[in-house]
Amino acid sequence: MKILVCISKTPDTTAKIAFTDNNTKFATEGVQWIINPYDEWYALVRAIELKEKDPTTVLHLVNVGGAENDAIIRKALALGGDEAIRVNIESQDSFTIASQIAQVAKDGGYDLVFTGKETIDYNGSSIGGMVAELLDWSYVSLATKLDIEGSNVKLTREIEGGEENVETSLPLVVSAQKGMAEQRIPNMKGIMGARTKPLKVVEPVAAEALTSIAGFELPPAKAGVKLVPADNPEELVRLLHEEAKVI
Amino acid sequence: MSVLVYIDHTDGEIKKSSLEAASYGAQLASQLGVAAHGLVLGTLNAELSALGKQGLQKVHQVKNDSLNQFDPGQQAAMVAEAVTSLGATVVVLSNNVTGKALGPRLSARLRAGLVAGAVALPDTGNGFVVKKAVFSGKAFAQVAVSSPIKIIALTPNAFSVSNGDGNAEVADINLTVPAAKIKVTGINKIKGQIPLSEAELVVSGGRGLKGPENWGMIEELADLLGAATACSRPVADSHWRPHHEHVGQTGGAVAPNLYFAVGISGAIQHLAGVNRSKVIVVINKDPEAPFFKAADYGIVGDAFEVMPKIIDSVKKLKGK
Repeated sequence: MKILVCISKTPDTTAKIAFTDNNTKFATEGVQWIINPYDEWYALVRAIELKEKDPTTVLHLVNVGGAENDAIIRKALALGGDEAIRVNIESQDSFTIASQIAQVAKDGGYDLVFTGKETIDYNGSSIGGMVAELLDWSYVSLATKLDIEGSNVKLTREIEGGEENVETSLPLVVSAQKGMAEQRIPNMKGIMGARTKPLKVVEPVAAEALTSIAGFELPPAKAGVKLVPADNPEELVRLLHEEAKVI
Repeated sequence: MSVLVYIDHTDGEIKKSSLEAASYGAQLASQLGVAAHGLVLGTLNAELSALGKQGLQKVHQVKNDSLNQFDPGQQAAMVAEAVTSLGATVVVLSNNVTGKALGPRLSARLRAGLVAGAVALPDTGNGFVVKKAVFSGKAFAQVAVSSPIKIIALTPNAFSVSNGDGNAEVADINLTVPAAKIKVTGINKIKGQIPLSEAELVVSGGRGLKGPENWGMIEELADLLGAATACSRPVADSHWRPHHEHVGQTGGAVAPNLYFAVGISGAIQHLAGVNRSKVIVVINKDPEAPFFKAADYGIVGDAFEVMPKIIDSVKKLKGK
């Protein structure tokens, strides 16, 4: 079986969010970059587990972006995977990114494509579904469990207020979230090995962006907390009822 | 030209998030001066003509029980066919669990730009620009859609349900039903509970509650208020509460009218899941808890002393 895991580069969860160029660009100065947590903790680790169970599995990673992404790709390779492919194009919108990944998936003859449930920067939750449609494959999103028996795949996916068990077959695109796997820390052997794993750079296919970001804004600052004395919690209920009017 | 709203349903009823999408779609249609239609795939107990209250003029339905099992590939093909045959130029759906799977497939199929997680009506004065939350709620982006057909996936609880007088015309629509590739084999859901993603009020507990045996007061307050219950990451990781209650960076994101946090310190990763809540209340005995900086109201105090009094006070308010 051949598995492809989509790896995205995102600002660290604690990064300060600010904008430049008249609020049209994310201010990257001083920002620490990480592998998008959903891609790393859930999609990649579950794919590694599948390879550990069946060592004949081929596991590749794919990233869309410039050479500045290579450090993040090496970090992901330190966790696992045989090789990585970077599509050499500045990402524009979800559709252009998905078009590149779909092409890589098609060319490489993969059976299973993993994404994280969303990236923590643009929160689009879109890449997996778009890739599945471009390939005409099944898509199971927000999955918390995945097990493969031959070409049959059993998954659990989120529904409102619970979970649903589903069955489908390969080829398949899955977006993974919490529950799918447990976060791993790369060991020294993995980090050393990652340096020599192949990182192939491929040129993009033509794809037209359907959306663009016209500008960013920060939410209005909070007015500050109104503290109610601990010996008079009834006052809090009154404020929520009469002032905030939420209960 | 029309706005087509995809109406999502479960257990025979229209989801509240789809009533919001219908209200949004109808207001957008009147902004554009076009008709607002709905599309229902599957069978319901609910009376579809009632979607007129949200402003839809006509609801198209494919009455087929098998469509109640959700396969995003099958449904994307059907919605795309409906968009073409009805001449819709904007598709509105909720960015709920269904919309997150369906919206992107539909976008790729129709080559229609998708705004996933819209929080306001588009600015159509010059182009088509939709505001959405980005950076896990820490900022907003104005997204310009350049394709002829546009798809808007509306964040749940970001737009109020309108309740007018109208009655929608309901008609069957004939669409090709492709074979489903995904089979639902089991559902694990507690009936009668308010799903967290649709809740207007949320009561949430953290490690400060010391153990799952102390969740009675969280549940009692939630019951009294008609709220959903939630928890922080350590609580879900310790299996004190089910994973689907976990809100934060790695759990679910919520945007209720009230987020009532008890014994949660408010790490930046937790705030990422709740920072779009309209009103945040924090009960914590540590005055230095970072959550107070993001809160609207707070009590610095011991939850075990404060909560029973709050519950009594809410009982009085509710006349119970």
